[in-house]
Amino acid sequence: MTFDKVVVAIVGLLGIIFVYLFFLLKKTKEVTILDSVEIIVNGGYSPEVISIPKGKATKITFIRHDSNSCLEEVVLGDFKIRKHLPLNEPVTVEITPQEAGEFGYSCGMGMFHGKIVVK
Amino acid sequence: MEKKTFSIKGMHCASCVNVLERSLKKVDGVTDAVVNLATEKATVSYDSQKVTDNQLESAVSSVGYKAMLQDEAMHEDEDQKEKQKEQQALKIKVIVSLVLGGLILWGSFPGLMETAPDILKNFLVQLILATPVQFWAGLAFYQATLPALRHRTANMDTLVAIGTTVAYVYSAFVTFYPQLVKNLGIDPMPYFDTSTIIIGLILLGRYFEAKAKAGTSAAIKKLIGLQAKTARVLRDGKEIDIPIEEVQIGDVIRVRPGEKIPVDGVISEGESAIDESMITGESIPVDKVRGDTVVGATFNKAGTFLYKANKIGQDTMLSQIIKLVQEAQGSKAPIQRLADVISAYFVPVVIMLAIATFVAWYIFGTQSAFLFAMLNTIGVLIIACPCAMGLATPTAIMVGTGKGAEHGILIKDAASLEIAQKIDTVIFDKTGTLTNGKPEVTDVVPVFVIARSIATKQSHKEIAALLTVARNDILRLAASIEKGSEHSLAEAIVKKADEDGLKLTKVTGFKAIAGHGVEGAIGKQKILFGNRRLMKKEKIEIVKFVQDDIERLENEGKTVMLITVNQKLAGLIAVADTLKDSAKEGVKILQAMKIEVVMITGDNSRTAQAIAKQLGNIRVLAEVLPEEKEKEVKKIQAEGKSVAFVGDGINDAPALAAANVGIAMGTGTDVAIEAADITLINKNLASVAGAIQLSKKTMRTIKINLFWAFGYNIVLVPVAAGVLYPFFGILLSPIFASFAMAMSSISVVGNSLLLKRVKLLL
Repeated sequence: MTFDKVVVAIVGLLGIIFVYLFFLLKKTKEVTILDSVEIIVNGGYSPEVISIPKGKATKITFIRHDSNSCLEEVVLGDFKIRKHLPLNEPVTVEITPQEAGEFGYSCGMGMFHGKIVVK
Repeated sequence: MEKKTFSIKGMHCASCVNVLERSLKKVDGVTDAVVNLATEKATVSYDSQKVTDNQLESAVSSVGYKAMLQDEAMHEDEDQKEKQKEQQALKIKVIVSLVLGGLILWGSFPGLMETAPDILKNFLVQLILATPVQFWAGLAFYQATLPALRHRTANMDTLVAIGTTVAYVYSAFVTFYPQLVKNLGIDPMPYFDTSTIIIGLILLGRYFEAKAKAGTSAAIKKLIGLQAKTARVLRDGKEIDIPIEEVQIGDVIRVRPGEKIPVDGVISEGESAIDESMITGESIPVDKVRGDTVVGATFNKAGTFLYKANKIGQDTMLSQIIKLVQEAQGSKAPIQRLADVISAYFVPVVIMLAIATFVAWYIFGTQSAFLFAMLNTIGVLIIACPCAMGLATPTAIMVGTGKGAEHGILIKDAASLEIAQKIDTVIFDKTGTLTNGKPEVTDVVPVFVIARSIATKQSHKEIAALLTVARNDILRLAASIEKGSEHSLAEAIVKKADEDGLKLTKVTGFKAIAGHGVEGAIGKQKILFGNRRLMKKEKIEIVKFVQDDIERLENEGKTVMLITVNQKLAGLIAVADTLKDSAKEGVKILQAMKIEVVMITGDNSRTAQAIAKQLGNIRVLAEVLPEEKEKEVKKIQAEGKSVAFVGDGINDAPALAAANVGIAMGTGTDVAIEAADITLINKNLASVAGAIQLSKKTMRTIKINLFWAFGYNIVLVPVAAGVLYPFFGILLSPIFASFAMAMSSISVVGNSLLLKRVKLLL
């Protein structure tokens, strides 16, 4: 194998490892919410993982600053909520989870994900 | 003093109402502010000299909400216009990209380029043509990629951005440093055609996808659009038109022919024929008279009437339907879980595959290894289509639930829709579901009529016609004595006497004997009225020919009661609950779908069998007490059956909940029946079959979508990577990859939209 091929192989391998670590092993900080939270929608959700109390009404306000059509809807499937998010307009949903556990939410096409941890 | 109603965005609970009202009332010049959570609207009375729109706006925004002071319709219109503008801009980008890309392709594609003018073959000209496509038309891809990378996530835009950037940057390098590339043993050819056409085709795909996606939510938009805007209310003896948000419970509203009924209520004066098709899906107008309920958003066809509003805002039937459909469309079908898991890892995995493709081609490729490696890497990045997987289930659920709502079939959530396809047994509750739930008198037979008919071989009817007086005597006595009874059959008898214009007589010594009947006296006559058990108890002899007649009537599904005068049997009265018009048809369709139909009832076996016979030999569970229905459902489930229970949702909630799918026949204006998975508001029993059929069709669409979306990626990603090349010499051009990718999302959404064309068995 020539030198350039060895270099390409090594760089490629490092690239794959980097992609794996960068995208798939990211750790998201869980933000504890008491009664309301504002989630900024821009290339994803921030905060992405929120922790909310069980049996208590929590207001989640989404504000989309990202023009990407993928993010124009937010779906909280476990809470039967699908909301259109007009650009730069706050949209509030209220949930009162009755069960503890982890509930995912995502954009309309399931590309961007967030998580609601009910404790 | 002026009054203004406007929408408020961001409201979610009752406390918002107080906060907003307080804030609005604080504005100098505002005399009153009423905020309605249900309609998300505020109505403000103010002095227009003192108060400006800006002040109202800032009063609302100061407490964290947004006031939409323009007219709602205008706002929606603007939303629409904004969307149209976006679509128009996208269209221009598609045209520019494809035209410029086409020119570059003409100047660079072997076989075509020979016919092109020299200027198009110039690499620098190609660079100039490709640049606006890359950074103006393709800006959206970068705009989506960069914030996503900050979140350490990647989506389809990331793939397109990386793929086209690689092609563009390499081509630019070739344009400026061809010699350097040549020295590396690579033919210095740019690939501007690849980068531009990919952007053009993917944007084209998005353009069509957005158009198609708008169609999936058409049903809910239609429902929202049904709402009336104003109501003609009687206030202080005057009729005034007011916005629908200002209608209060108890308001008397006038509706004239050709007008929409604004909110739900009860007719207090007048009568009319009302077209309820928009809510129930039933096309025949319903006649309504005083005391009948009317539903908001339905259409008054003939008469003028007054009615009293009893449900407004969020409580109206239309609002409940909208809420239910919205919730169903927001829920996730279990079948979607796998697609969700895969799509979360999909894009990073594709990027890793693309890198591996590059390495493999670079190392194992023979000639032009670098170019093959680069083009195949771009191919892998571009052809991968996570969107198709993401769209496969929700688009079909949206169209399916919307289609159901149009036909009066309200599905609670996607999971219910998914389970309903597996139903192989439908249990109908008899009273009030298969039947009208209102017993009617079918036969009144004096005993001597029976005797005479046996003697003369004439039918009861022929003889009874001659002896109306005797018949009427029986009915009058029975009705008089039943007047004081609370039994459900008593109502039918009194009603029949009333219809026949019989005058009831006074009863003394009335006594109800639980489970048997009633007794009392009319003048000097002692009357007993009840079932055979009562006769036995009172030692009244029932002669054989009367016995036979009772059996005959019971075999027809009727409940027979006997009347005695001074301890002598005088006659029989048979009462029956009549089958709904749609019952036979509803059962027939289910049987044609190879679904077993079961009827559950508290009636005695003979009566139940008789009704079952009318319905076409269905399985019968008779003499089941109301609290045992749930047990019966579980028993049938234990036979390995998937059971749907159809009831009225009032006293059979446990059975509805125990069934795999609980189907409630909506009554009146109540649609949100808690225990039910599916609510039928059209009262047509054929829609039970319609709901199952809708579930089957929707699930089939989802399966085709998922099969297509998964299959597409599983097959074409490796092909784009070049796995077929060593065996068949097949490679995919990145341009073809972009075409395939654009088509795959459109085909998934398009397939979901085909559900709209399904003809339901109603």
